[in-house]
Formats: sequence, C-alpha cells, structure tokens
Amino acid sequence: MSRYAVNKFLYQVDGDPSLLAEYKADPAALVARWETEIGPWLGTGARTVERTSWISLTDAERQALVDHDYVALFEMGAHFFLTLTIFIALYDEEYAARSGPLSFQREYAAKLSAWTGREHPSVAL
Amino acid sequence: MARLSAVLATTHHPFFHKITELTPPEEQPPFAAEWKRKVLAYRETLTAAEPDVLVMVGSDHFHQFFADNYPTFLIGKQARYDATFYNEVREFSMPTYELQGHEDLSGFMFQGLLDRGFDFSISHELKIDHSIICPIITTRPRADLPVVPIYTNIFAPPLPSAKRFYDLGRAIASIIEEWPADVNVAAVGSGHLSLELGGPRMFGEHGPDPEWDLQAIRWLAEGDVDSILEDVTWESMTAAGNATPGFLDLVLMLGIAGPTGAAYVDDLDLFHTREMYMTWYPEGDPR
Repeated sequence: MSRYAVNKFLYQVDGDPSLLAEYKADPAALVARWETEIGPWLGTGARTVERTSWISLTDAERQALVDHDYVALFEMGAHFFLTLTIFIALYDEEYAARSGPLSFQREYAAKLSAWTGREHPSVAL
Repeated sequence: MARLSAVLATTHHPFFHKITELTPPEEQPPFAAEWKRKVLAYRETLTAAEPDVLVMVGSDHFHQFFADNYPTFLIGKQARYDATFYNEVREFSMPTYELQGHEDLSGFMFQGLLDRGFDFSISHELKIDHSIICPIITTRPRADLPVVPIYTNIFAPPLPSAKRFYDLGRAIASIIEEWPADVNVAAVGSGHLSLELGGPRMFGEHGPDPEWDLQAIRWLAEGDVDSILEDVTWESMTAAGNATPGFLDLVLMLGIAGPTGAAYVDDLDLFHTREMYMTWYPEGDPR
C-alpha cells in the first residue's frame, strides 16, 4: 500500500511552503529527507512522537517523485487532485511567464492524452 | 419552527474572485462581465429569501482531511471558523475569511442526523475550504450570517451512492423544519458538473462532457430524482470526467429542496467547466 505514502508525500509537501521550495530546488534530497524524517511520523500533522513503521516508497514511486514525473504518478493511481495541485505550484508561474496562462496545465493534459476515453487508474482509498 | 426559505445549488469555480475582482478590468477575459452579471443575479435569489442562518454543504479538497482519517460525512460545531488554506491562497488568490458559526443548529443537526441513521463525524476544529467559500463569495460576500458547515466525501473513492446523498438532503431538510427557532434557514451547497482535474480532458475549451452537463442541469431543474438515481453512478460520472462525482453534492441539495422544479436556473459555459446556478424556494418564491 505504498500509494498511500506517495499521496502522503504530495499532501505534506504541497501544504508546506518550505518543503515545496526544497522539492523544487532539489527533488532527490527532499524525497530522501521526507522518507527518513517526515513521512514516518503518524498522520500528517506536526507530530514527532508516534511513528508508523511501515511507511516507505517503492523504487518506481521514489523515482517518479524525484523526476517530477506526473504522468507516472497518474498511472500509479496517485490522487489526481494532489498531483495537479503540487505541479501547478511547481511549474505554472514559469510556464505562464514564458508561454501564457494555462500553458502548463494544457501541456500536462496533453501528456496524458493516451488516457482520453479510457478508464483512469483507480485512486480509491 | 425554523423555515427553509431557500435552497441553492451551484458549482464552485475558484477563479471567479481572481478574474472578476483582482484582475484590472482591461485585463479581464471577455467572459468576465457576463460571469459577474450572472453571479450578481444569482446572489439576489439568496438575498430575497432573507436568511438568518446558512447551512453550507461542501467538500474538503485534501486540505484538512487526508487518507489517514477521511470522513464520509462530517459536520462542524464551532462558534467561529477560519477559512481558506495556504495552498488555495497560493493557487487561486482566494481571500481568507472568519465565519461565525451556529453551535445550536450544528448540535441540533448532528443529533438529528444520528437519529435518522446518518452516522456523521463531527469536528470542533474545522477550517473551511473553497467549496464553501466560493459560494460565500458569490452569494453572500459580506459573510455576515452564522453558518453550519456540512462536508461530504465526493473526492476520495469509494463514495456513497447518489441515493444516499439525496436521502441525506431529505434528512437535513426535515431537521431544519423541526428546529425550534423562529428564523429563516437557507441551505447553500456547491459541487460540480462534469469536471476533469489532473487528467487528459482538463482545461479544454469547455468542460469534459458538455452534453452530460446539460442533462444534469435538466435533472436538477425539473427535480427529476428518479432519473438521477437510475443514471448517476460512479461509472457514469467518472466517464464524464474524473472529478464529476462532485455532482453528488448537487444531488444532496436537490434532496434538501425535495423532488420539485427549481425557481431559478442559470448556467455559463466556460473553459474547463460549466457553471450552474440553481435555487428552490420550499416555502414559496419570495420575489
């Protein structure tokens, strides 16, 4: 059930401006730090006493997060809203400045075009 | 006894405020003026009902709730609520709010729901997200009325059925009508028509399934609950867009109104999604 861990990563990083800045600047370092220092605490708040012993990412999940590979995350069943929101935070501004409003969102949709008309990978809990 | 003076069901478009209020007029897109006109006309349908309290129906978009502890149905019971999260301010330029709560009606509603077989979760530290703040911005921007927030899961499957959402709406209406207070209660809820987020059909020239949208508006406007219960399933909704299950909150609002035609129906086809504005007056049209 490591898809839970992927969603937890996206949720926690998107909700914290300092983690988000680290994820943009050095994705590999932030993913490694999350796996050891942030993800294993119970729940998603600021708790630092109770641990969840089994939180970990698979190699493919870790690679997708390090690569900012939202297509791979979509195909793994990471929640579409968490994925969209965090990647808009990472890329929308620079795309909009370069190529106009919504250009990042439209490229994102185009990269998923093979899924048009097909049942999407499940995001069920 | 309290009077259910209006039931409003609307889509929630998080960019309305940014596009029509924060963007200089000369930089606004061509559809902005019509959008604002429609919203102002819709706002009048709530104002005319002279509400004293608002029962607000929405859904948390992974702001406060996550998969470690995700409530299917939840009610807030607080004297005050803070509203909008950091990442909504970041992405949508969403304003923050402090809303007054109504602990008495929240408590009466919570007990009434339990008594009717709806085993709700409850929060005493609920922060409100844009699913409730968007309709505050469009229908009551002064945010001067106490609110009772009800959250549903339309977002993290598996979800309850359309029938369950409709029946929940019926229960909410009956509880409001039993509440021993001489006040007007309006129910305002937001959801979606066809919508895709983080998928191949997002941010197109229209919503992902314009024909489905028109059908869905007809169902609601005519109070055609039989067709909704027959045709609205997880499969049919997600075929129309991965975030289309947000329609279930509009079904819930029809449940509050009852199986009857709406008094006010309007919509606006935009890029990415279609907006919908609908109002019922269970106590009679005050306009």
